Amino acid sequence: MKNHASLKEVQRDLFSNKTSCVKIVREFIHNISEKQHLNAFVEVFSDTALIKAKEVDDKIKNKNQGKLAGLVVGIKDNICYAKHTCTASSKILEGFISPYSSTVVDRLISEDAIIIGRLNCDEFAMGSSNENSYYGPVKNPINESYVSGGSSGGSASAVSANLCHLALGSDTGGSVRQPSAFCNLFGLKPTYGLVSRHGLISYASSFDQIGPIAKSIHDINKVMDVISGSDEFDNTCVGSLFGQQKISSQKRKRFAVLKDALEFNDLDSRIKKQFENFVKSLESSGHEINYISLPMLEYLVPCYYILTTAEASSNLARYDGIRFGFQSQDQCISSTRSLGFGNEVKRRILLGTYVLSEGYYDAYYIKAQKVRNLLQQSIKKILLKNDFIILPTTPNLPFKIGKKPVNPVKRYIEDIFTVQANLSGHPSFSFPYGDSIENGFKASIQIIGDFFKEREILNTVKNVL
Amino acid sequence: MCTKTKYETIVGLEVHVQLSTKTKAYCRDKNKYGESPNSCISPVTLGYPGTLPKINSEVINRAIKLGIALNCKISKYNLYSRKNYFYPDLPKGYQITQDKTPICTGGYIEIPNKKINITRIHMEEDAGKSIHDIDPKNSLVDYNRAGVPLLEIVSEPEIRSTQEAYSYLKEIRKIVRYIGVSDGNMEEGSLRCDANISVRPYGSNVLRNRVEVKNINSFKNVMRAIELEVARQIKCYENNIDVNQETRNYNASDNSTTVLRSKEDAHDYRYFTEPDIPPVVISQKTIDEIKVTMPILPKQKFIFYTQKLKLSEYDSKILSNEKLFSEFFDKIIKHTKNYKSAANIMLGVVKSYLNKKSIQVNDLPISAINIAKLSDMLSEGKINKTVIENSIFPLMIKTMKSPQEIAVENKLFQIDDSCQIENLIDKAFKKFPQKVIDFNNGNSNLIGLFMGEIMRDSNGKLNPKKINEILIKKLKNEIK
Repeated sequence: MKNHASLKEVQRDLFSNKTSCVKIVREFIHNISEKQHLNAFVEVFSDTALIKAKEVDDKIKNKNQGKLAGLVVGIKDNICYAKHTCTASSKILEGFISPYSSTVVDRLISEDAIIIGRLNCDEFAMGSSNENSYYGPVKNPINESYVSGGSSGGSASAVSANLCHLALGSDTGGSVRQPSAFCNLFGLKPTYGLVSRHGLISYASSFDQIGPIAKSIHDINKVMDVISGSDEFDNTCVGSLFGQQKISSQKRKRFAVLKDALEFNDLDSRIKKQFENFVKSLESSGHEINYISLPMLEYLVPCYYILTTAEASSNLARYDGIRFGFQSQDQCISSTRSLGFGNEVKRRILLGTYVLSEGYYDAYYIKAQKVRNLLQQSIKKILLKNDFIILPTTPNLPFKIGKKPVNPVKRYIEDIFTVQANLSGHPSFSFPYGDSIENGFKASIQIIGDFFKEREILNTVKNVL
Repeated sequence: MCTKTKYETIVGLEVHVQLSTKTKAYCRDKNKYGESPNSCISPVTLGYPGTLPKINSEVINRAIKLGIALNCKISKYNLYSRKNYFYPDLPKGYQITQDKTPICTGGYIEIPNKKINITRIHMEEDAGKSIHDIDPKNSLVDYNRAGVPLLEIVSEPEIRSTQEAYSYLKEIRKIVRYIGVSDGNMEEGSLRCDANISVRPYGSNVLRNRVEVKNINSFKNVMRAIELEVARQIKCYENNIDVNQETRNYNASDNSTTVLRSKEDAHDYRYFTEPDIPPVVISQKTIDEIKVTMPILPKQKFIFYTQKLKLSEYDSKILSNEKLFSEFFDKIIKHTKNYKSAANIMLGVVKSYLNKKSIQVNDLPISAINIAKLSDMLSEGKINKTVIENSIFPLMIKTMKSPQEIAVENKLFQIDDSCQIENLIDKAFKKFPQKVIDFNNGNSNLIGLFMGEIMRDSNGKLNPKKINEILIKKLKNEIK
């Protein structure tokens, strides 16, 4: 199968009759079955994908195809697609068929993208290695004994292994950017409120954003243009269309480098080196570099876990076995939940319930909210004098499957560089940089910009790479 | 000393008003009572994975309306909160409500001789209905009611008797119906009430442990439940038994209360800000715009009727009580200055006709203008009440003609001619000669007998005032 670098190439071949959507989809279905051991897809929607492919081929013939004609997209198993199963990779949603489509899926399909299947992820998007899935861990195609990252591990693995052109993930604390980094891909966490969450199974409502994982910046641009923009089903989705965002004509950009991130104890020195190389290249291209300090960095992970688990404990209360999904034999709410949820999900529900409980609420939840407010103010201040903030996406390269730290707190600390953008709501884009450091794995850098400046971010990265 | 008179009753009421909006609070599902079970439900109502609440702005408008009607302060900045608890009829596992920033604060409700202060009014959503008595093996859930918008009105503990509680609730029902936010039907559950009850010896300022009584579903039961609980608490105190702070359930079938949960078992609802709904900011402009659309409230109408129209308090109260009735009266008084006559007609012949037919005033087949004309004719003495009741009003309904036409066609105008009156008086005297003698011997009650006889004889067309005048003179032999 021809490995197209971007949608532009796919469409060039489609429009010149060198290939067809049906052919591309068949090839992907073939690839998926060849690479089944990666465990990236939990279900392939062969029938609906082929029907849609045929429809798009006809449209191309009649020259009335949509913007994303021919783009084959995999969706994370927490994004609803009408009449298709969606489980958040959890036993508790076993057999749940969504009666409706998420706004993102609706918008993709109306522009003639083809949804090829649902992708493995950490249960309810809780995790950073895709080892918390009811369907088992996902392998990293770059080196199959390593984790793909998480929670959108299936999404990154599928794109990396050429099982679809692009995948949608969801990012609550790094779940798009970190697996993108682990699989040497591009991943965008949009501004909170730019993409509708309608049809995204909630983990932490005030953090969750759907974002694309792709091999090219071009494809991310194309998909963002389609999926962004306000939605009548989501009160928190207020962003105007991505395509209408202005790009500044100013060539020289101001980059803020987070000193505290570079001084982080557990940062892999090789990643640090690559990052420093990137900073040097920016400088030599005439950009302004400002080293800034964010002393609250070490509080961000605790703050993140208090707030997200609080929201999750409430968001996951609806899984009681009464109206949908798995129900235990005795039909009790408590046994349904005991048997239906995995350990990490239970841990987070308990933690969230605890921090919201009477007597602890002020000490944890309210205090964490204050930290969140302070962070938002700090980022705002930094972005008054800088166009972007840059820092590594992850402190470390992928680890081997089954080798994650046993202590959950140690695991959580790995999210230190990514949670910031979700706490403050800012857009953040992760891209691979430099050559392989080890086993084919590259370092990744993330670039954070002001609210609704995704196009500016993507354009800048394209120009500096 | 009687124990009942030793203790003071302290009651605060939490009243849930179900709003009669077309759609639910957070989605577009139909909000309608009595539909077949689980027919007004979508994935949002059922709390399906990935669904989000969407604000129904009509709920906010109605909350503001009620706030204005109850003299409250309207909060400009409104946060929504989640109240978390598990129950099969609560689809999301939490209720979207307001915790720290209720949309209305302060305010009061006037009941006879007293003002009851309101602590707060907040917006929330109803739960579904669990049904345990249809299927012998299973409990069933109807989610039609889930997500129906509610306003909860919380009073200060200032209610001091069952009668006051009853008046307070009646007043709320009157107002919510008047401003059209709810149909206020207790039988259908669109008005529900929980009572926080405690007692204390008269003279004490201390609030003792209160007991919350839930599931009170009629006006009568509000009084019965409070009476029952007050008696129970007094009995406890008299026997030196502590009254526990607890929640009790009122059972209407045998007029009893049973413990639902004790203080130790009280839920920790883990309130926190609803992240799916951004804060709603209400501008002064919105409040002002709603103020303009507010109907004149019964209290203001009462003042207008008594002070400007000089009607009696009794008449004014009945005229202002119901919105449609009062609006019809307001239309009438645009066409006549004879307010007292108009009030008499409305509260007499019109009201009894409406009651007899069980219809609302807007179904009355007579226009306000014709009632105004009728009032003028009555005031000017052209016709009298008896003629209206017996002839003109029934004919107005039947023929839809104006009262004037009817009076002319049927020769119903009152006779003022003294000669004719005197002739009829003489005729009556001849019929009851003994009664004339009795009257002159001091039995003044006999006036009624003669009046009746003469009116009957004239088919009610004579001016009663005039008959009375001439009759007395004649009886006293002042004129021959």
